[in-house]
Amino acid sequence: MNSIILQLAEKYIRWIFLIFSVIVLIRGHNQPGGGFIAGLLAGLAIIFKGFAFTPGHVNPKLENRSQILIGAGILAIALSFIPSVLFGQPFMQGSWFIFSLPAIGSVKAGTPFLFDIGVFLAITGVVFMFFFSLTTPK
Amino acid sequence: MLVILVLFVVIAFGLTVIRGRISIYKVFLPVILQLSAFVYFFIKIKHIGKYDKINEIYRWIPQLGLNLEFTLDGLSLVFALLVTGIGVLVFIYAHSYMRHYGRSGYFYFYLTIFSAAMLGLVLSANMIQLFIFWELTSLLSFLLISFFHEKEEARKAALQSLYITGFGGLCLLAGFLIIGGITGSYSLENWLLHADAVKSDKLYLPALLLILVGAFTKSAQFPFHFWLPGAMQAPTPVSSYLHSATMVKAGIFLLARLTPVLGDTPEWTFIIPLIGVLTMLTGSYFAITQTDLKAILAYTTISALGILVLMLGIGTTLAVKAAMVFLFVHAFYKASLFMLAGFIDKKTGTRDISKLGGLIHHMPFTFVFALLALFSMAGLPPMLGFLSKELIYEAKVHSPGIASMVLILGISTNVLLVATSLFFISKVFLGKKSNYPKHPDEKGLLWLAGPALLTLLSLFLGIWPEALGELLQPALNSVGFGAEMVKLKLWHGFNRVFFLSAFTVSLGVFLWWLTAFRAGFIIKWRQLNKKIFTWNFSDAFAGGIASLVKFSKISTSRIQHGYHRFYLLSTILFVSLLLWFQIYITRGVETDISFSARPFYILGLCVVVFLSALFATLTNSRIVAIIAMGVVGYGISLIYMYYSAIDLAITQILVETFTIVMFVIILQRLPNFARLSSKHAKIRDMLIALLFGGGMMMLAIKSISVDFRQPVSGFFTENSYIKAHGENVVNVILVDFRALDTLGEVTVLAIAALGVYALIHKKSKKE
Repeated sequence: MNSIILQLAEKYIRWIFLIFSVIVLIRGHNQPGGGFIAGLLAGLAIIFKGFAFTPGHVNPKLENRSQILIGAGILAIALSFIPSVLFGQPFMQGSWFIFSLPAIGSVKAGTPFLFDIGVFLAITGVVFMFFFSLTTPK
Repeated sequence: MLVILVLFVVIAFGLTVIRGRISIYKVFLPVILQLSAFVYFFIKIKHIGKYDKINEIYRWIPQLGLNLEFTLDGLSLVFALLVTGIGVLVFIYAHSYMRHYGRSGYFYFYLTIFSAAMLGLVLSANMIQLFIFWELTSLLSFLLISFFHEKEEARKAALQSLYITGFGGLCLLAGFLIIGGITGSYSLENWLLHADAVKSDKLYLPALLLILVGAFTKSAQFPFHFWLPGAMQAPTPVSSYLHSATMVKAGIFLLARLTPVLGDTPEWTFIIPLIGVLTMLTGSYFAITQTDLKAILAYTTISALGILVLMLGIGTTLAVKAAMVFLFVHAFYKASLFMLAGFIDKKTGTRDISKLGGLIHHMPFTFVFALLALFSMAGLPPMLGFLSKELIYEAKVHSPGIASMVLILGISTNVLLVATSLFFISKVFLGKKSNYPKHPDEKGLLWLAGPALLTLLSLFLGIWPEALGELLQPALNSVGFGAEMVKLKLWHGFNRVFFLSAFTVSLGVFLWWLTAFRAGFIIKWRQLNKKIFTWNFSDAFAGGIASLVKFSKISTSRIQHGYHRFYLLSTILFVSLLLWFQIYITRGVETDISFSARPFYILGLCVVVFLSALFATLTNSRIVAIIAMGVVGYGISLIYMYYSAIDLAITQILVETFTIVMFVIILQRLPNFARLSSKHAKIRDMLIALLFGGGMMMLAIKSISVDFRQPVSGFFTENSYIKAHGENVVNVILVDFRALDTLGEVTVLAIAALGVYALIHKKSKKE
C-alpha cells in the first residue's frame, strides 16, 4: 500500500497500539480486555508496518523471537500453576497476594494474572509466526 | 524375593558397564548370583514342605488393586530351582561358547535379565504382574534369538517368535481381565478362592480359550509350534536355557498354576489333551528327519512340551505327578543335549548330521554324557527318563475317557523318540570317521561341566528317586493334588506298563535299524515328507505377515492419498454426519425463535451478514470474497455488541482484522483466479458445506433449548469477584475457572503456528 500518511503515522500508531495492548492486558481482569485481546493487539501493532509498507519492512529479527514468545507464554502459564501445588490446593486454583502500596492503594496480584500474561505472550508469538511464515520471501 | 530380582537387574546393568580385559567377571558375577539364588531356593525346600508357602506383598498401585505379590509355594519352588540351577550351568557354558564373539557384555545382560524375568514370572502371585514378566520373557527371548543379528535367518526367527508369543501374550491379558472381572481382583489367592464361581461363569469358556492361546503360543504347541525350531538361530547357550528351564516352560507353569482355578472341567480335559497329543506327535514325527543337530533337539522339545501339556490336561493326580517328574527329566536331558550339540558344533565346525560320525574316537566323554542324556530322552533304564516314562504310561492307561486313543498315539510318539535317540548316537558318535571342517578335540573342561552334572544327576535320581519326591510333594499340593503321597521308584515290577515300555523300545529299535542301516530309507522318508507337507507353518506364517504388510500398504495409500482437499472433505463430512446423527437420536431441536421481539436493525444486520456470506461464495474476485467475509465477521461482532458481550466482540473484531490483513498480504502471491473444479465437484462440495453448516446451525439452536437444570453461568457471576477477585466474568472464566481449557486452546494455537511454520519452510527447502 502506498499511502504516505499511513507510512508516516505508522510509527506512532504502533506505539499507541502497544501501550494500549498492555493497558488492555492489565485491566482485563475487571473490565473488558485480557490476554487474548491484548496479544492480538500487540501482534497487529507490530505487523501493521508490513501493511503500511511491504511485509519485508518488519524487523526480520522478530521471526526468531516468535518461537521464544510462544515458549515463554506457555512457560508462564505453567509457572502460574506451581503455587497451587506448593500450597497443597487443588491443581490450578488461583493464588492471590493482596498488599497495599503507597500512592496506588490496595494491589491484588494473583497467579491468574501471570496466566493472562502467558496467554498474551503466546498469542503475540502465534501472530508473528503466522505473519512471517506466510510472508517470508522465498 | 523382590530383593533377589532387584539384585539380578542391578548386576545385569553392572555387566554392561564392565569392559575390556576383566571380562571373566562378566560370567563370574551372574554365576555367583544364580548360584546364591539357587542355594536360597534349595534351603527353602524343607521350609516349604512344612509350611506350604511364603508370601511377600508390596503395595504398588493399591488404587487399581495392583500390588507386587510374590509367593513361593511348591510349584514356584520347582520352577525357581530349575531356572536358577540350570542358569548357573548355562552361564558357565556360555563363558566357553561366547568367548570368541563380540558384544558379550550385552549377551550376559540379556541373559541375566531374561532369567530374572522368568524367575519373577514363576514367583508372581498377581496375575497382572505375572503378565508383565511374561511379556518381558517374550521380549528378551526376541533379543536373544536375534543376538547374531547379522544373520538374516536369526532376525526372521526372532521376529516370528515375537509375533507369535506377543500375540499369545495379548490373548493371555484379555483372559486375565475376564477372570479378573469375575473375581474382582487379580490376586492369585483370590482366584483360588473363587474357583467355582469362575468355572460356572458364562464367560468361562472365552477366558479359558484366551489363556490357553497364551500358554500354547509360549509353549510352542500345535499349531503355534513352528517358532521354536526357528529359535535355534540363537546362540546355543540360549537355546539350551530356552528349551529346558525357561520360556517354553512358562506356558507349562501357567497351566499348572491355573489348574486349581480353571481345571477339572469338560472343556479343560478336552481341549488341552487334544492339543497336547497333536503337538507331541508332530514334534516327534519331524524330529527324526531333520539333519541339523539343533533342529532335531528343537523338535523333540516340541514333542516333550506336548507330553507335558497332555499330562496337565488329563489332570488326574497321576498325570500331574508324571508331568512334574517329566519336567525335571526333560530339563536335565535337553539342557545337556543342547550344550553337547553346541560343543560338537564348535569343535567339528558342523552341525549337519550327515557330515558327522565316529566322534567317539575324538570326544569320548562327550559320547558318554550324550549317551546318558539320550537314554533319558528315550526313556531307557536306569535313567530318570525311564521312571518318568513309566509314570506317563501309567497316567495314560488310567486316564478317563479317551485312554486307548491317547495311549496308542503316546506309544507312537515314544517309539519315534527312541528311534531318534538311537539315530542321534549312531550317526554322530559311531560309524566311520568322516572329514570334519575342523579337527575335533575335547579340550576345555568348562564345556562339559553342565552336561556332566545334569546327566549324572539324572542317573542318580533315576536310581534313588526318593530325593525328588520330597520336592514334588509341595508342588503337587499347590496344583491341588496334595492328598496323595508322592512315591517314586525305578522298578515297578512286571506290570502292564512295563510291557508297554518293552514294546515301545523294541519298535523304536526296529525303526532305528531301518533308518540307520537301510541306506536311503531316511532319505526317502525326507522326500516323502516334502511331498506330503508341501507347505509348512513357518512359511505360511511369513506369507501371512507379508500379505498383511501389503494390505496395509494398499489401504494406507487409499486413505492417505495426500490430497489435502479430500482430507478436509472426508473429515468435515464425517463430523457433520455424526452431528446430524446425534441431533436425530436426541429428537431434533425445538424451534421457538421469534424474530418479532428483536429490534429491526438486528434483523437487518442478520440479512446483511447472510447476503455477504452468499456473495462471498458466488464472486469471481478474491479480494471481493475476502471483503465479503470481513463484512460477515464484523457483522457478527456487532451482534455480540448488541447482547453486550463486549469481550467477545473485541476479540472477534481483532481476529477478523488479523485474518483480513493476512489474506491481503498473501493475496499477491497467489496465482490468478481460475475455475478448475467441474460442475459435479462443485455440487458435491456445496452439499457437504450445506450439511456441515446446517448441522452447526442446528447445534447452536439446540444448545439454547437444552435444559440444564442449573446453568453454570450463575455460579460464575456470583463467585467471580468473591473467589477470583475479578469483575470481568469472561476473563475470570478464561484465566481462572476454566484455565485448563484456555491452556489447551493456547497450546493448540501454538502447535498450529508451528505447523504453518514447518509446512512453509519445508516447502521452501524443497524448492
